[in-house]
Amino acid sequence: MISGLLSPTGGAVRLSGREIQALPPHRIAALGVARTFQNIRLFQDLSARDNVIVGEHLVRKASLAARLLVLPSSRAEERGARARAGELLERIGLAERARERARNLSYGEQRRVEIARALAAEPRLLLLDEPTAGMNPVEVQAVAALIRSVAAEGRSVLLIEHNVKLVMDVCDRITVLDFGKVIAEGTPAAVAKDPAVIAAYLGSGS
Amino acid sequence: MWEALKDLFLTYESTLGYIGLNSLLALSVYATLSCGQLALSNAGFMAIGAYAATLLTMEGGVPFPVALAAGAVLPALVAVPLGLPVLRLRGVFLAIATIGFGEVVRLGIVNWDHVNGAQGIVAIPQKTHLWTIFVALGAVLFVLSRLRGSKWGFALEAIREDEPAARTMGIPTAAYKLAMLVFGAAIAGLAGGLEAHFTFMVAPNGFSFGRVVDMLVFAVVGGTARFWGPVLGAAFLTLLPELLRDLAPLVGIEPGPLRLMVNGLVLLAVILFLPNGMASVPDRIRERARARERGRLAPGAAGWARSSRSSGWSAPSAAFAPWTAPRSRSAPARSTGSSARTAPGRRPPST
Repeated sequence: MISGLLSPTGGAVRLSGREIQALPPHRIAALGVARTFQNIRLFQDLSARDNVIVGEHLVRKASLAARLLVLPSSRAEERGARARAGELLERIGLAERARERARNLSYGEQRRVEIARALAAEPRLLLLDEPTAGMNPVEVQAVAALIRSVAAEGRSVLLIEHNVKLVMDVCDRITVLDFGKVIAEGTPAAVAKDPAVIAAYLGSGS
Repeated sequence: MWEALKDLFLTYESTLGYIGLNSLLALSVYATLSCGQLALSNAGFMAIGAYAATLLTMEGGVPFPVALAAGAVLPALVAVPLGLPVLRLRGVFLAIATIGFGEVVRLGIVNWDHVNGAQGIVAIPQKTHLWTIFVALGAVLFVLSRLRGSKWGFALEAIREDEPAARTMGIPTAAYKLAMLVFGAAIAGLAGGLEAHFTFMVAPNGFSFGRVVDMLVFAVVGGTARFWGPVLGAAFLTLLPELLRDLAPLVGIEPGPLRLMVNGLVLLAVILFLPNGMASVPDRIRERARARERGRLAPGAAGWARSSRSSGWSAPSAAFAPWTAPRSRSAPARSTGSSARTAPGRRPPST
């Protein structure tokens, strides 16, 4: 809904004070919002690297005239785009899988390529929809480190996740939903003590 | 020797010309297929281009290059108001709406007395030469080759694969789809103008629904994963009847019906055995070699991993095993070019 693929039935979505709920998805993306999908939506027949290059659409400054006239600047631009995609794949640890088609990558690898594709747009706000669903603990640790490094670059990250440990580890502010209702909001420490959260998520046994 | 070569050339001049014209027409359909849209309005665009160019050279006394350019620009302009509403449709609905447009154009010409209605215009000056056709084809192929690797080329591929996902990457998909419809209309109109001045005549029955099906078959048989695939398909299917003409007496079937039969068989064979068309052959060989390499590096790994995962992790195991992911053979989504790829509801809605 924030990315504009679904329209809200009421209320407003604000990005830095600007209402964006009526804008089409590509305009919202141009304002600096990038996302991943809960049900992975990579371009299955493109290679991992090409998926990331598609993500660079908004940051690629190319001129169609230069392209059609085969000017050296257009070749430099294309090389730059490939190099940036290579760096991002390196960052998610998939440099050696760059030429593999997305459909041939493992589940965890596909999730990481999706994050790289979103980062390729150099977003102000990164929306991650259950990025660790189906990942093993080692991969979850890697994603946590990646999220922290993205935040350290000054990008906001909005993480939707069921993995309570990951959420507690990486988040500065947490909003807890129980069946669509906000039941708590605050820092990890405050939320962890909230009785409603404990009842809904953490369990009351221990 | 020289005379013999000249005879050979003259015998096959029209065949060569038609290879070029059909390649252009196949590319005009490919333009919209490249972003996943099955638009079948190109016989209509071709008719507009053919009649516009013909009227300009015969009645307007306009120089041929100018008439050809006008024959490309006019259908491109018509494509804008057509595309704005119909490109909101998907898959078969888009196909049906665009077929409707083609029929409207054809019937409009049939009922237009000034251009002799259904009889068409004859004795058009022959101004198209082989080189004219192949210069035009070269120009179109050049533009398409320059799109590859550019941000626009990647955007088209992204739209073809998953349009909503492409939108969240900042790609204005509606504008791209319209641009490709307009580009395809210009190519079709150009081919129409060239053909009219190559065969000396135009008639509305040359722009029927069957014509656009021919264009689509060229593109599908050749393959739409590469921009030169449609040219391959057009060349192959244009040459085929020439080869069959000598074969016809041997099998005892008239050349006409035999051509249709063989065309149907070729299309069937390509869809069944080469779902991505003739152009996908090198890719498939490469992919198979790589798969064999992978098998050598990890002998028996697949079987082991699958059994161990199914014991503990029942839910994610299928998604975790990359070797169970469909390879090109068993990928129905990419099969018959466009129709399957743009079928409504193929992608689950986003959450």
